[in-house]
Amino acid sequence: MSKILIVGEHTGGQLAAGIAKVVAAARKLGEQIDVAVFATDGKAVAEQAATIEGVSKVLRVDRPENEHGLAAILAPQIAALVKAGGYSHVLAPGDTFGKDVLPRAAALLGAEQVSDVMAVHSPSSFDRPIYAGNAIVTVEVGGGPCVVATIRLASFNAAGAAASSAPVEAASTDAALPKHTRFVKLASQKSARPDLQSARRVVSGGRALGSAEKFKEVMEPLADKLGAGIGASRAAVDSGYCASDMQVGQTGKIIAPELYIAVGISGAIQHLAGIKDARTIVAINKDPEAPIFEVADVGLVGDLFQLVPELTQKL
Amino acid sequence: MKALVSVKRVVDYNVRIQVKPDGSGVATDGVKMSMNPFDEIAMEEAMRLKEAGKLSEIVAVSVGGPKCEETLRTALAFGADRAIHVTTDAQTQPLTVARALAAVFKQEDAKLFLLGKQAIDDDANQTGQMVAALLDCAQATFASKLELDETKVTVTREVDAGLETLEADLPAVVTTDLRLNEPRYLKLPDIMKAKRKPMKKVALAELGVEESTQLKSVKTVPPPARSKGVTVKSVDELVAKLKEKGVL
Ligand SMILES: Cc1cc2nc3c(=O)[nH]c(=O)nc-3n(C[C@H](O)[C@H](O)[C@H](O)COP(=O)(O)OP(=O)(O)OC[C@H]3O[C@@H](n4cnc5c(N)ncnc54)[C@H](O)[C@@H]3O)c2cc1C
Ligand SMILES: Nc1ncnc2c1ncn2[C@@H]1O[C@H](COP(=O)(O)O)[C@@H](O)[C@H]1O
Repeated sequence: MSKILIVGEHTGGQLAAGIAKVVAAARKLGEQIDVAVFATDGKAVAEQAATIEGVSKVLRVDRPENEHGLAAILAPQIAALVKAGGYSHVLAPGDTFGKDVLPRAAALLGAEQVSDVMAVHSPSSFDRPIYAGNAIVTVEVGGGPCVVATIRLASFNAAGAAASSAPVEAASTDAALPKHTRFVKLASQKSARPDLQSARRVVSGGRALGSAEKFKEVMEPLADKLGAGIGASRAAVDSGYCASDMQVGQTGKIIAPELYIAVGISGAIQHLAGIKDARTIVAINKDPEAPIFEVADVGLVGDLFQLVPELTQKL
Repeated sequence: MKALVSVKRVVDYNVRIQVKPDGSGVATDGVKMSMNPFDEIAMEEAMRLKEAGKLSEIVAVSVGGPKCEETLRTALAFGADRAIHVTTDAQTQPLTVARALAAVFKQEDAKLFLLGKQAIDDDANQTGQMVAALLDCAQATFASKLELDETKVTVTREVDAGLETLEADLPAVVTTDLRLNEPRYLKLPDIMKAKRKPMKKVALAELGVEESTQLKSVKTVPPPARSKGVTVKSVDELVAKLKEKGVL
């Protein structure tokens, strides 16, 4: 029987939206699904986790050291909970939090990790992307202490709300926590726009935008009109047109919006890796040979500086 | 201060890979191979630290078959002082590699370990974190800025929420993100000089590491193809098409 532990990522008193997707993946593995919330005071977050359909129990691990969700601090606690609870599976979202913390826990447990699970065939068989999503490999996991996996959020629909809340229990571990890592600061640009990973619509700008000013001037009105999140290619981020957390692709964010509009983006394989699950892809590019048109559902060839303002106006 | 940099030999990032028709994997015969781009960034960062007088020695390490030597030569051309080739014929998995790398780090008594954040073949994004766990030391993943001093390293990390800064006591493991630096172009004299630099071979078993076999690749397939799209001639047509598709 599978017994699953999910690392309940949270920030600012809010459970991460991705957790409901991880729960959806977990439900394909088994029925005993516990969410662990590591916080200084995890009451509010634990209560949010308890309302996700399919969650059996929420474990609340309150410790002052948990304030910043550092991998070095969380990993020993995760490993200790897994051992004490006899869990067969440990899951986390495949975002930068999960990618940072889960392999550290896996190594402490002596387990290999399956990264970016996109489909669950059985409790020991999974699909995951390799080579920027240009190949999908089915892996069998066995012979280790437990199965450790991060979940590719773009591949799962969020579990719904439960009819009644699951119980929340206080839990503690005797894990010794290191002091070698200190949080200094987090610089985040607060934006009223929808978060890229959960946005229904995303518009992205590439190198062709030419400057931070133009990026803003062309992309923001379009995003405003559509109520869309704004993404970017690596070239746009590297050139300083926008913030690094806006990068979409193999090494940026993997997204699955209903509508994706790529503006002045050539469509390098590393970029395409991030948008394969978008329902409708629109490309605006002046080069009819640009690879982005090979994946676009609707392509429009021409100068973005003319076409995008026109599109914005006509929406 | 001594730093270790790990380098993996992978299919070049410009190659459009082909999945073998029998589902046994991705074709690599006759395909251009290169150093994992994130490892180039790690090498470059190590070189900059050395040029700034903050590192005294850079040791490059790679785990795998005989061809890893080429990748290690590239690392030596970048400026690594010497190379260690951990030999194995098996298809390595991150935990095995991490155990080998952690063992080398301990043997070398290094203070800083720079790795790429992910290998662009397996896209695992695990090895650095596992090494840090095994060494029971600090980790700072996805670095876009790094400042090293005698006892600690201060790292800015690219995370989903923005840029996070951590301070980590040495020894520490740092994994590199794209914007940490732009790797230099290798010059012919450096490539020539690299041929004479020392390269040591050590078998995985000699490091006391057993091959982990927890993960088995059963089948590899290409991703489902997207259905062919249409090209429209004007913004009006585009808007009409999007309405037709029900996305507006
Ligand atoms: C290890 C590695 C990881 C990477 N990870 C990522 C990643 O996660 N995400 C990512 O995006 N990239 C990634 N890249 C980079 C990727 O290979 C490409 O270099 C990058 O995506 C190119 O960005 P771009 O399309 O904006 O720029 P370009 O390739 O320069 O394309 C610009 C496009 O704009 C068009 N254009 C120019 N002017 C106009 C105009 N006036 N109107 C309309 N169109 C115009 C051009 O025709 C061209 O197609 C990675 C690369 C490496 C090596
Ligand atoms: N076989 C290997 N030899 C040397 N370094 C490796 C090897 N595998 C992984 N690494 C290092 O670990 C990083 C992350 O790899 P991965 O966890 O496989 O995505 C790479 O960028 C390398 O620095």
